[in-house]
Amino acid sequence: MLKINNLHASVEEKSILKGINLEVKAGEVHAIMGPNGSGKSTLASVIAGKEEYEVTAGNILLENEDIEELAAEERAHKGVFLSFQYPVEIPGVSVTNFIKTAINANRKAKGLEDMPANEMLKLIRSKSEMLEIDRKFLSRSLNQGFSGGEKKRNEIFQMAMLEPKLAILDETDSGLDIDALRIVANGVNKLKSKDNAVILITHYQRLLDYIKPDFVHVLYNGKIVKSGTAALAHELEEKGYDWIKEEVNA
Amino acid sequence: MSKYTEDDLREELKTKEYEYGFYTDIESDTFPIGLNEDIVRAISKKKDEPEWMTQWRLEAFKVWKEMKEPDWANVHYTKPDFQAIAYYSAPTSVDPNKTLDDVDPDLLAMYKKLGISVDEQKKMNNIAMDIVVDSVSVATTFKKTLAEKGIIFMPISEAIQEHPELVKKYLGTIVPTKDNFYAALNSAVFSDGSFCYIPKGVKCPMELSTYFRINQAGTGQFERTLVIADEGSYVSYLEGCTAPSRDENQLHAAVVELIALDDAEIKYSTVQNWYPGNAEGKGGVYNFVTKRGLCEKNAKISWTQVETGSAVTWKYPSCVLKGDNSVGEFYSIAVTNNFQQADTGTKMIHLGKNTKSTIISKGISAGKSQNSYRGLVQVSSRAENARNFSQCDSLLMGNECGAHTFPYIEAKNKTAQIEHEATTSKIGEDQIFYCNQRGIDTEKAIALIVNGFSKDVLNKLPMEFAVEAQKLLEISLEGSVG
Ligand SMILES: Nc1ncnc2c1ncn2[C@@H]1O[C@H](COP(=O)(O)OP(=O)(O)O)[C@@H](O)[C@H]1O
Ligand SMILES: [Mg+2]
Repeated sequence: MLKINNLHASVEEKSILKGINLEVKAGEVHAIMGPNGSGKSTLASVIAGKEEYEVTAGNILLENEDIEELAAEERAHKGVFLSFQYPVEIPGVSVTNFIKTAINANRKAKGLEDMPANEMLKLIRSKSEMLEIDRKFLSRSLNQGFSGGEKKRNEIFQMAMLEPKLAILDETDSGLDIDALRIVANGVNKLKSKDNAVILITHYQRLLDYIKPDFVHVLYNGKIVKSGTAALAHELEEKGYDWIKEEVNA
Repeated sequence: MSKYTEDDLREELKTKEYEYGFYTDIESDTFPIGLNEDIVRAISKKKDEPEWMTQWRLEAFKVWKEMKEPDWANVHYTKPDFQAIAYYSAPTSVDPNKTLDDVDPDLLAMYKKLGISVDEQKKMNNIAMDIVVDSVSVATTFKKTLAEKGIIFMPISEAIQEHPELVKKYLGTIVPTKDNFYAALNSAVFSDGSFCYIPKGVKCPMELSTYFRINQAGTGQFERTLVIADEGSYVSYLEGCTAPSRDENQLHAAVVELIALDDAEIKYSTVQNWYPGNAEGKGGVYNFVTKRGLCEKNAKISWTQVETGSAVTWKYPSCVLKGDNSVGEFYSIAVTNNFQQADTGTKMIHLGKNTKSTIISKGISAGKSQNSYRGLVQVSSRAENARNFSQCDSLLMGNECGAHTFPYIEAKNKTAQIEHEATTSKIGEDQIFYCNQRGIDTEKAIALIVNGFSKDVLNKLPMEFAVEAQKLLEISLEGSVG
């Protein structure tokens, strides 16, 4: 599904990713953990194709295709989805209108007609029910005045609507209370299949209690410095990151 | 006047940015350039006008000669040479007695290009339509249906002949000839426009619509619109404008007067898409328009405008709230791109008691354009309990454009409640990346963001117009973010 080879990336001449290697196969869940500022969100943005980040070495293969030259929307059309750590506000554009536009843009890229309105409504209804999203919420302006939890739930709603091949969830758990966390995790689990993959960026073990990762990686100072199974996440929960920093700096 | 050649046409077709920039080669009857008493008389004669009308024009011309072109607006342009313009141009194949079925097929093809196939409009939209090309009304549809209700909707040139008492009573009462330079000019040389009268208690069953188009090179267009809603009546009126792309600037100086008598309501919507000039700032229409409405007791006037075109816009649709409890509204979206300049806004003059006004202005600036909101809220000493709410939002795209807000408030009655809110925001790269990430390309993302920003105003437009307006917003901002 996704193969990252020796990826180096920088922004404004500042080098942030310094040789990332990662392989994610269909059907897998990978967790990426690591202290603040280590480059987790940058990695997510680079995979998604944010232009301000410059790839200085290495490459990213999506289903064996180098996506270097693809614009962000083209990567999205190929099934890359990023749940943002900080989703932006778009005043005056309702949650419904936004997702409708997104769905139809993706269909257009595949040469399909717009989704018929009744089908769209049905889909919106079923996905919002699954995530226990209130009808009124759907007509609010995108992310405007949303609580942290509402923003994250809305991201997962969009994911559920778009059914991506590769979902990258950047700290989707922060800002969620325990009930919301369960609902969101449940949504992610429902999406999971043998044909798609999930990358969870998180600080906390608690999300991983709900979504079981196959692999856990620690990102530190722009590199993956340790990889392991779910047990590694428990270890990090107990001991923090200092011992890893020491190991790296030793 | 320089002749329009095939080379010009080819040139024109190259400027693909402007979708409506085609020129229709219909034979036309154009006056020599320049303006003097003889030309004013000639225009009047051409229209077979009664003597009172000729005199009215001549007086306006006298007033105009003494006036100076205003320069207080935040726009910079080479002042037009008023002696280098032809003041009358009519497609010769038009005969006012013809029905729509007899209209020149070339003209009809032109409307098709404009996306306003009259046949279609007739069938689908229940819109009665008057089309003014250059200076002359071409056809008015639905005349019969309207006549049954006693509604008069016809070219103003015809109204001068057929309903002189109404025209005489109201013309120039809301916008006096000496109101301003362009209004005086318009009063002297206006060649056509629309006239509309809704009788007492009648709710006009369909949208009334006028489409203006400048076709001929080197001509000015000076339409005059007069809408009278008698007591307790209601009308919704739409106005659309386009012009072909040309290198030289074209002048458009219209006057619109609205009269809402006791308990009447007029909704006046405009989608203005005059040629804005090319990406280097060459050509484009100078749009100097005076629009004003008078509200008697309990009457209401709403101006809704979507301004995407013109090189220079100078336009302040206003309401004089004379009657007690009358209501004035102004909803505006003004888009400027490339080198466009817009100075637009409104005046709400509160004279009566308990009068209320609402102003919502959305300015969108891109490229190297300048977009100014200029608004006056005036409360007279007699206007007890007047209320106004104003909101002016600006959206900027890129770093080279400008947004300016000039709100003026003059309150002479201390019971007045006036609220003003203003915001300025920028389309952020983060917003665009967010949309891109969801599979929405940048053009579409901008359209989405701009539509969201403009929603409060778009919602005020009649359905059919809202869709067209959205498309226009999209077209006008194409290529504005690199
Ligand atoms: N657009 C940017 N401009 C400048 N520095 C940036 C930018 N984005 C990220 N950085 C820097 O890159 C480093 C990694 O940031 P980030 O990827 O957000 O870390 P994490 O998500 O792991 O907390 C930080 O030092 C951050 O300040
Ligand atoms: Mg982060």
